[in-house]
Amino acid sequence: MQGTLDQAPSQPIASKQRSSIDWRPYLLVAPQTITFLFALVLPILAIFTISFWNFNGFTSVPGFTLNNYLGIFSSPVYLKTYLNTFKFAFLVWLVCVLISYPVAYYLAFRIKNSKWQTIWFLICTVPFLTSNIIRMISWIPFLGREGLINKALMGLHLTNQPVEMFLFSDFSVVLAMVHLYALFMVAPIFNSMMRIDRALIAAAEDLGASAFEIQKRIILPLAAPGVAIGTIFVVTLVMGEFATMRLMSGGKASSVGYLIKNQIDSLQYPMAAANAVVLLAITLMIVFGILRIVDIRKQI
Amino acid sequence: MAETKKTPFSAHLLTGFFALFVLFLYGPMIAVFLLSLQGPEGQLTFPMRGFSFHWIGAVFGQQRIGNFVEAFGRSFSLGLIVMVITVVFSVLAGLAFRKNFRGSNLVFYLTISSLIVPSILVSLGVGVVFNLLNLPIQWYSSALAGHLTWTLPFAFLIMLGIFGRFNPAYEEAARDMGASDSTTFWRIVFPLIASSVIGVGLLGFTLSYDEFTRTSLISGETNTLPLEIFGMTTNVTSPALYALGTLTTIFSFLLIGIALFTMQKLEQRQNKQEG
Repeated sequence: MQGTLDQAPSQPIASKQRSSIDWRPYLLVAPQTITFLFALVLPILAIFTISFWNFNGFTSVPGFTLNNYLGIFSSPVYLKTYLNTFKFAFLVWLVCVLISYPVAYYLAFRIKNSKWQTIWFLICTVPFLTSNIIRMISWIPFLGREGLINKALMGLHLTNQPVEMFLFSDFSVVLAMVHLYALFMVAPIFNSMMRIDRALIAAAEDLGASAFEIQKRIILPLAAPGVAIGTIFVVTLVMGEFATMRLMSGGKASSVGYLIKNQIDSLQYPMAAANAVVLLAITLMIVFGILRIVDIRKQI
Repeated sequence: MAETKKTPFSAHLLTGFFALFVLFLYGPMIAVFLLSLQGPEGQLTFPMRGFSFHWIGAVFGQQRIGNFVEAFGRSFSLGLIVMVITVVFSVLAGLAFRKNFRGSNLVFYLTISSLIVPSILVSLGVGVVFNLLNLPIQWYSSALAGHLTWTLPFAFLIMLGIFGRFNPAYEEAARDMGASDSTTFWRIVFPLIASSVIGVGLLGFTLSYDEFTRTSLISGETNTLPLEIFGMTTNVTSPALYALGTLTTIFSFLLIGIALFTMQKLEQRQNKQEG
């Protein structure tokens, strides 16, 4: 897209004054770094601290107790909520990968004209720049009791009564989340695939490799970092939200995000904080697990 | 795309799959658009009952549906503030990262880590910090902080990509001829990155304008637009909800259109100047 800039690799400018430290880079990164220290690091430290505080039924009392954490690990309700969150994260991830890989492949390899590639990629991107809440609501005309899917099923005499399960079910939650987050999988896979040297594929074809073998031995391994980045995005997004869960399940399903939100609404900050710390720990474990398997540094 | 040799069946299958994906993205949007143009007796599902702009008008009446106009004003202002801060901070950081400096890795990972912290945690944490420090919890203070944790990492990554492909020869030439840092930036560097900066600005604005979770616990007693719409979903069961959806979607499309148009114009101009 950046056709105007020269493609010459940028060479590090040899520093002329070795004797004194150049402070300019530090001044330049200061605003961004201070923002993150204040809006990210400090909040996480605060949550960590409060997760050890007491809750007396009305308000949070500074102190040190492990009861909040013990409560999480000993309560079947909480454990079930965590399992439910993993279940949704896994389902949404799986569907996203199954959809995004062929979509990215189509964009990267089947559309040969780079102008059309940009246009189709933009067409896939635009909906993700519109309101998430509106995009959830927009499933009602399809999934509801009177929705298009039920009408179609009844018209085809596949069912006599409207199927209730489409809206306000696990199905609608997964569907809406895939609809919301698929781009976070498509974009990194597309990015990885665009870096694949086309000569590799031509060579494999010349040597008589089948389409399946080219996928398995060239494209998939080289697109894996993109899948990894997409996975990190999708898993974190699903783990950290509650709106889709609340809206699309009609309040039936629960997730850790939703649980935290409810605990804050009832002012149980220490419990909410403990849940947040556990959620963060789990998310980080997943992310580091992925980073151990796939090296994503070259993708940036 | 039309090749002379026979296209295998699997290729058609893939094209079909891609078409379905695009339909999956846009179908619901089109349904909402159509249903918001029903007559006054309209419902939430098809078939369309009549055709009118009744529900679009209803959005601006305060009796039916929450206070949409004020919420829009807040989201719009917040989006603009987030946009400006995101652009300025990420361009500065991008400039810094063109040289290797001690601690650059730490800054890099601090920024990226913001993407993998679950949103609800940011909301909760920012709220707690503002409470502890006795700072006002408002859409323009705490929600602003929450939004920046989401927009800045994306903008930063994009700026790294842009400066990574940037040819330093132009600036070196300017410096050799005695131009100061700021002259070099405004006369040489900025025109070259201008169209990308607009892209980053658009991303910053829309990410903020549509953000829900990172606003939800920290917008104070007033709602931004996504929070207002979320609140409506529980008590508004008329096509007014869709009308609101249609209006905000059209607004987003307009912004994207303007940004893309400007980016293209800038790139054309740049190409001409380079000859």
